[in-house]
Amino acid sequence: MTEETIAENKSFFNLFNICAGIVVVIGLYITYLRFTGGLAAVTNLSDNNPWGIWISFDLLCGVALAAGGYVTSAAVYLFGMKKYHSAVRPAVLTGFLGYSLVVLALQYDVGRPWRLPYPLVVQQGTTSVLFEVGLCVAIYLTVLFVEFSPAALEWLGLKKARNLAVKLTILLTIFGVVLSTMHQSSLGSLFLIAPSKLHPLWYSPYIPIYFFVTSIIAGLSMVIFESTLSHRFFAYKMDETHLKEANGITLGFGKAAAYVLAGYFAIKVMGISAGNNWHYLKTGYGTWYLVELIGFVALPALLYAIGVREKNLILIKWTSVLAILGIILNRFNVCLVAFNWQLPSSERYFPHWMEIGISVFIVMIGLILYRFIATRMPILYAHPDYKDAH
Amino acid sequence: MDKVFYTLQNFMTHTESVTYLLVAATLVGMTLFWLFLGSGKNED
Repeated sequence: MTEETIAENKSFFNLFNICAGIVVVIGLYITYLRFTGGLAAVTNLSDNNPWGIWISFDLLCGVALAAGGYVTSAAVYLFGMKKYHSAVRPAVLTGFLGYSLVVLALQYDVGRPWRLPYPLVVQQGTTSVLFEVGLCVAIYLTVLFVEFSPAALEWLGLKKARNLAVKLTILLTIFGVVLSTMHQSSLGSLFLIAPSKLHPLWYSPYIPIYFFVTSIIAGLSMVIFESTLSHRFFAYKMDETHLKEANGITLGFGKAAAYVLAGYFAIKVMGISAGNNWHYLKTGYGTWYLVELIGFVALPALLYAIGVREKNLILIKWTSVLAILGIILNRFNVCLVAFNWQLPSSERYFPHWMEIGISVFIVMIGLILYRFIATRMPILYAHPDYKDAH
Repeated sequence: MDKVFYTLQNFMTHTESVTYLLVAATLVGMTLFWLFLGSGKNED
């Protein structure tokens, strides 16, 4: 990045800040309406459709796309793939912000934020899958906070606290993998209770496995995508190691994503077979299912594979976008499109513009926080005092 | 595909048979896909 561009970015009234300012002001206004007028004031939710895009996008997509933290930490610290070490901090930061924003988004949907700890300390619904999800997300958010803390502590110059947090790395990584396996799959388990509401092509007894496997794909693809954006906008913050390792990360994660996508494609087809749902493929919903399965699972698997074979980084980076869109499409299909599929169209849900506004507002908060942290803390470079610590 | 099954036994026999064939195809397919992934330009 040239000095001129950096200087331009330093100006307060740049394009990003202006857009962010507009989105934040609108978001705060809708927040005011939501918490003073209730759900009816800003959403199209109803008794038939109690879950809208705040669940399908902010929560289901948010949790899946924040999976890069546990995927990368496991690869580096548990499987010993040290060549991907420079991807850990950006991935953990993305995961930490992702989960924080999931919890924030949940407040809009559930309401009464002061009652957030109730399921933990007042009334435990231990037979509920949702209780398990809530407990896992609460613990995992704490784990991510501690995993992220060395960067903040290095920035603050608190050496002792930083060294203590670093000593916990392996333990936290194991916790992260266990907790993620549990709650990523449990988000799919939520739909096991509704076999009559979810279209048979999307409903499967294996849906928890589908959700878990897709979270790995989302995590791998998000690391590639986030790394691409970081190189585009924060290259001036990166040290030599980060710049040198970037191509290897893209190739390695692309290869892993190709293989996991191929496996996911196979188990999805087995799911159709196990339910004997082949005849549904001839219907309109079947066509849409094939669009998802071929266009957003098989195609990215093939494109990732070609990109890895040809060492075509551009293709891998664009494929990561396709794979991420595929995960988002899958969550929308499960939670909205194929849910309540037997209801007449007049009773189906379509989000209110203010629901979309809150989702955009929350994504924007994530971007602002990422930018704030990445430009100040040692996320994309090693702190000079700890250069040999890895 | 649109065959009517009169007993759970018939349904399970049919769907499991097809699924086992798919599992076998997947094992072969995933191996071939792995070879395809690794047979490109030389690794660094």
